[in-house]
Amino acid sequence: MKSNRVLLSILGWVIGFIIFFPILWMVMASLKTEIEAVATPPSFFFIPTLENYFVVQNRSDYLNYAWNSIVISVFATLLAILIAVPASYSFAFRPTKRTKFKLVWILSTKMMPPVGVLIPMYLFYKNMGLLDTHLGLILIYTLMNLPIVIWVLYTYFKDIPQEILEAAQMECDDLLKIFLYILLPLSKSAIFSTSLLSIVLIWNESFWSLNLTAFEAAPLTAFISSYSSPEGLFWAKLSAASTLAILPIMFLGWVTQKQMVKGLTLGAVK
Amino acid sequence: MKALKAMFIAALVGASAAMTAYAEKLTIATVNNSDMIIMQELSSEFTKKTGHELNWVTLEENVLRQRVTTDIATGGGQFDIITIGAYEAPMWGKDGKLVPLSDMPASYDMDDVFPTVRDLLSHNGVIYALPFYAESSFTFYRKDLFANAGLTMPAEPNYRQFRAYAEALHDPESGVYGVCLRGKAGWGENMAYVTTMVNAFGGRWFDMNWRPQLDSPEWKEALTYYVDILNNFGPPGASSNGHNENRALFASGKCGMWVDATSAAGYIYNPSDSKVHDKTDFTRAPSARTDRGTGWAWAWALSIPKSSKKTDAAKQFLAWSTSKEYVDLVGERKGWTVAPPGTRKSTYNDNYYKAAPFARTVLNSIMAMDPTKSTLLPVPYTGVQFAAIPEFQSIGTQVGQFVAAAVAGQMSVDEALEKSQAATDRIMRQAGYY
Amino acid sequence: MKLRVLSDYPAIVVLFIWMLGPLIATIYYSLIRYNLLNPRIKGFAGIENYEFLLTDFVFTDSIYNSIQLLGSIIGITVVLGLLISYLLDQDLYGGRLLQLVIISPFFVMPTVSALIWKNLLMHPVNGYFTYLLGLFGLPPIDWFADIPLGSIIIIVSWNWLPFAVLVFITAQQSMSLEIKEASKMDGAGHLAFFFQIYLPHLGKAIGAVVMIQMIFHLNIFAEIFTTTTGGPGTQTTNLAFLVYRKALLDFDIGGASAGGIISIVFANIVAIFLLRMIAKNMNSD
Repeated sequence: MKSNRVLLSILGWVIGFIIFFPILWMVMASLKTEIEAVATPPSFFFIPTLENYFVVQNRSDYLNYAWNSIVISVFATLLAILIAVPASYSFAFRPTKRTKFKLVWILSTKMMPPVGVLIPMYLFYKNMGLLDTHLGLILIYTLMNLPIVIWVLYTYFKDIPQEILEAAQMECDDLLKIFLYILLPLSKSAIFSTSLLSIVLIWNESFWSLNLTAFEAAPLTAFISSYSSPEGLFWAKLSAASTLAILPIMFLGWVTQKQMVKGLTLGAVK
Repeated sequence: MKALKAMFIAALVGASAAMTAYAEKLTIATVNNSDMIIMQELSSEFTKKTGHELNWVTLEENVLRQRVTTDIATGGGQFDIITIGAYEAPMWGKDGKLVPLSDMPASYDMDDVFPTVRDLLSHNGVIYALPFYAESSFTFYRKDLFANAGLTMPAEPNYRQFRAYAEALHDPESGVYGVCLRGKAGWGENMAYVTTMVNAFGGRWFDMNWRPQLDSPEWKEALTYYVDILNNFGPPGASSNGHNENRALFASGKCGMWVDATSAAGYIYNPSDSKVHDKTDFTRAPSARTDRGTGWAWAWALSIPKSSKKTDAAKQFLAWSTSKEYVDLVGERKGWTVAPPGTRKSTYNDNYYKAAPFARTVLNSIMAMDPTKSTLLPVPYTGVQFAAIPEFQSIGTQVGQFVAAAVAGQMSVDEALEKSQAATDRIMRQAGYY
Repeated sequence: MKLRVLSDYPAIVVLFIWMLGPLIATIYYSLIRYNLLNPRIKGFAGIENYEFLLTDFVFTDSIYNSIQLLGSIIGITVVLGLLISYLLDQDLYGGRLLQLVIISPFFVMPTVSALIWKNLLMHPVNGYFTYLLGLFGLPPIDWFADIPLGSIIIIVSWNWLPFAVLVFITAQQSMSLEIKEASKMDGAGHLAFFFQIYLPHLGKAIGAVVMIQMIFHLNIFAEIFTTTTGGPGTQTTNLAFLVYRKALLDFDIGGASAGGIISIVFANIVAIFLLRMIAKNMNSD
């Protein structure tokens, strides 16, 4: 039995190492000189240098991009939650014949290829003065993530026993109060985990962010674009920029892993 | 009130001070190549001089092109200065999307800019973009390897010799591939090179009635040669090597020969970037049936969209960054080998020749380029490595993919050309050429 | 009743506008001749844009590639995800830390993962895989030329495998200890337990993973754009990339809009499958 556990653990860690390797290799490359980064055979032992990080920061102001990423992903998520909570609530507690249809329809809005509507959107944004603004990206990401957020919240609310609600309705007939004092506390963790998922998805979206911004509102996905395939050796600088771009979100993911797990399951799991 | 006050001050202090009083923030979209990164570093000098600050949007070439085209075509107005090439400048100038730049001040000395380069960026004699650097294409080769193999590179090689040299130099065991050529799909990547090669073999994109000619024997001969030489004497993964990948390969000593942009010579000659800086020599691009259109004609240039609201400040930046003074500044600060080449007569002075021995060959190639006479047979279009029509970007993209597929071995040359011909025909028909 | 706000109306209305606005614009553009590079191409096009797209052999290829991408990625992530989550369910040394390690790729943005795989790992000269193959005396693989679609599948699967693992781990935590203990008492081996108890219990979770991935992988774009730009030839051109090429490489907005409309039709066909699956899921509640 014991040896079994050891064997399985070794297997598990080998698999873990393989899966994590690309990230590890990227971080290692970011600490090498450009010459070392492309060396064949690859160098495993080297004197780490932070030079690439300085070069990257010097050339493009990382904090400006990171700040935009944070602002956009947080506010778009908040807005989406604000719209989605009542919707999911009504889907879960006052289902009608058409609820199921509506839910599927909501999900299917996510299947449009964004590039198909880029030009109409671009013209619209131009006329509204939304190009290269935080608001512009926040709006588009709210809409993009709304379906997923509604779904996840819906499946949570559905799991809240009807009895609790009925009992509450006996006591008080103000729906708003019930909602605020009974349902919301019950689904705090649900809303939190959904928000996390939404933030991750927005953080990593690269199409709209690249096409609707220039400088003022450009997030980290635009920052990366100036380091992909330039002239000469660039692997170390690319790795440093990439590490910087994913570091905040990965850290958030690690810290809140447990809560996020719940958000991912779409109620398939109870 | 504010404006009045500013006017008052301007009147008092004079025009130069007014510039500082009206300090603007200019948003500039540019490509992430090394010349532009140097420009970004040195731009603090411009800010010091004029007070105007710059927001840099530095993107890789593909993304830059899609962003700039969308913005220009819709009049989005996100950029005050854009980086465009010899393909876009005349086209957009003609469509009235760019600010005409014929009225540059005398101190700019427009006559110092090579007439061929000016023509590349003009429509009907009006210039719409100022050249940052200009390039043709020529052959880079390793003189040490040539000497070892007992070969000498002639001043005007042809493709028959070229293949023999590639074969002689090819030695993958010791990490040297006979020849590196662009293979990555794209109208500005593999198709730029392949078109010069087709020109050399006597082919053309269109006949005088705009019918695509990709099913002609010339195309087949050229493409067969290209696929064969890359597969036999090229590096692995040739179909994903673009200009930058090949530049890195050549600089790290992995290529015997390389036909590519003259503007890369400074990089190859720079000891801190290149392992082969003292082992490389240059000569004309190979010819075959003809030597017309064997070296391409290109310029990266800065331009101002009509939608910009800061035209005056943007013009100042253009004047500064494409001036003689800027070339000198780069020469002094960064070394003459990386000075922006190919745009001004004054660049080619003794200082430059001393530091950059490749300069004369580059200059000859640039003087030889002629977008109006690039093919053996008559054609209805101008342009050397492209046909200067709006549809070419689309055509070049698709044909580029099929050519890359042929190099990757996913398609035969015949199949690639057949599909290319069909795709080009569709696009031309859709656009109403016939 | 007092509270209209507490309803689905705002969301439905917002989404309706979001859906309808662009949709109407797209239908409009798909019926006209509109090219960003050439203002001289104009006028009503009728069904011309559709005709050009549907008769293009690239279109058939792209549908085929879209389906292949979708199927392979979902298949790989589900199978590997099940195996890994089963492994993680065993009492491993450092299991919690291992879980963190395994879910990490989910947080890597697609552009970055494509760049890292393309350059640092899959590069045919300096890539790490080339070095590994060399250790075994094997010739280098030119990934994006030899198995272009396969390479994209590998990259996207790496990105999404953690997602499957996460969902399955959560799902199995709900499996009561008694079941596990009981089956261990019965002396059921790993194989029997996996197939007879584990898989059936995770049925719904598998459904959820398939569904969400369908939504996200129908429009795979960043990975293709960064690595192969749809080539060589048309080998990695999926429907989303074809529309991209029409819109932002050809700047043929008419054609791209037609492509967008066709994608929506295609998405809806997929959605019908989705609807069936969800209906099943919901009814079994």
